[in-house]
Amino acid sequence: MIKLNVSKSLDSVEGKINLRLNLQIEKGQFVTIYGESGAGKTSTLRMLAGLLQPDDGEVYVDNEVWFNKQNNIDRAPQKRKVAYVFQDYALFPHLTVKGNLEFAQTTKDTAYLEELILKMELGELINRKPATLSGGQKQRVALARALAQKPEILLLDEPLAALDIKIRLKLQEYLRQIHQEYNLTTILISHDLGEIIKLSDRVFVLEKGQIIKSGSPTEVFVDQQISGKFKFTGEVTKIEKQEVVYIVTVLIDQNVVKVIAQETEINNLKIGDKVMVASKAFNPLIYKIDE
Amino acid sequence: MDWAPIILTFKLALVTTVILLLLSIPLSYWLSISKSRFKPVIETLVSMPLVLPPTVLGFYFLLAFSPGNSFGVWLNEWLGLKLVFSFTGLVLASVIYSLPFMVHPIQSGLESLSTTLSEAAYVMGKTKSQTLFQVLLPNIKPSILTGIVLAFAHTVGEFGVVLMIGGNIPGQTKVASIAIYDEVEAMNYGAANFYSIVLLVITFSILLTVYLVNGGYLKRFWK
Repeated sequence: MIKLNVSKSLDSVEGKINLRLNLQIEKGQFVTIYGESGAGKTSTLRMLAGLLQPDDGEVYVDNEVWFNKQNNIDRAPQKRKVAYVFQDYALFPHLTVKGNLEFAQTTKDTAYLEELILKMELGELINRKPATLSGGQKQRVALARALAQKPEILLLDEPLAALDIKIRLKLQEYLRQIHQEYNLTTILISHDLGEIIKLSDRVFVLEKGQIIKSGSPTEVFVDQQISGKFKFTGEVTKIEKQEVVYIVTVLIDQNVVKVIAQETEINNLKIGDKVMVASKAFNPLIYKIDE
Repeated sequence: MDWAPIILTFKLALVTTVILLLLSIPLSYWLSISKSRFKPVIETLVSMPLVLPPTVLGFYFLLAFSPGNSFGVWLNEWLGLKLVFSFTGLVLASVIYSLPFMVHPIQSGLESLSTTLSEAAYVMGKTKSQTLFQVLLPNIKPSILTGIVLAFAHTVGEFGVVLMIGGNIPGQTKVASIAIYDEVEAMNYGAANFYSIVLLVITFSILLTVYLVNGGYLKRFWK
């Protein structure tokens, strides 16, 4: 369990921010930190990794002290069992993909590396230098390199933000699998509501350095409680009036779905909004998929 | 023809460059990460030889190391160092004189690297020196090469400092640039021309090699 109770004053683009955090994260949870840029999300991860020193407070992980201002304890980043996937990936340019993975291992474990290479589909890339890789490939390497450390806590700083939707969906799938398989505590920074709802157990919403909301993604982001059986999140791409009803076109993953809505429902909707489409299961159709 | 001044010049440049490299890596690293309030002062001191006339530097060396004052006597008696009119003195003066040419490229190379590279290495459990030697330096090879070559070439080309503290002792402190001056004074234009041509050709080749290597031309050629 991670207990973080810290404060730090930060100079951001919009002036000084007082980051004041008090949060607890259960072991094995997938947690997302959501908020506008400059709200202190990255600083939160950096303080957990030991790359940024809080002004005051304490950090405990599994009852071990990682930081305590009063007793002057500040465990070096080298001694915290975390892996960090940076926004710019921070792959070492002079090493090949394989070199990057090997560098991250404290004790050599070739079998484990092979497993990672296989799982992240890096087989064809292992002898290439990072400069020759595409964004999605770099991201996979960064993720594999983080796992090569065999961390207990995985910190992800908006790793998917720069990627296009197709690759993003695939990598989200990787993240989910890896989190479960390696029994990690994962903390993700993300702006993408769909991603958050899909991946996380718990969300912390950060605004100007304070946590203003926390809970499960649906508790936090969806006002009404829907007891729907099918829930998807997507983005509104079109709203058109037809006769007495409105047709809202929603892009869910890569599928375009048309939903009928009443005038009252579309009042606060505009193109580009993130929405949840839910349905009770009384009328779905079922088809067998021939393999 | 007397090759001794040329050989002495390159010996001086080689020794100076090796010492500078060993000195500049920790110094540049410190300058690239430091937030100390002394940093501007150190940076100024490092850069001084760029703007100061070499004769000024040489003059103060001469005063400081002269056997006529207590510091010079102390150096001579306790360390057995005679720094005026000696090769050792030339090396020391050249190290200080060429310091910015080694420190600046390495420092700006280190500063151009994203800080997340070092942070990633720290999180992986690597110490600061492991990070410096295994991550940072391998990624600024062109800057290191530039520093080595500039420091070497600058030492080859120095004149004022050498003239002030080295004097003109054949085989000890009579480097090529001094020899050229000497020969011109003696109206030996042929000899002066010989030294000049050798320096010209060698420095041109060295610099050309750097630009070829750093520009990646050689790699393309070998492929």
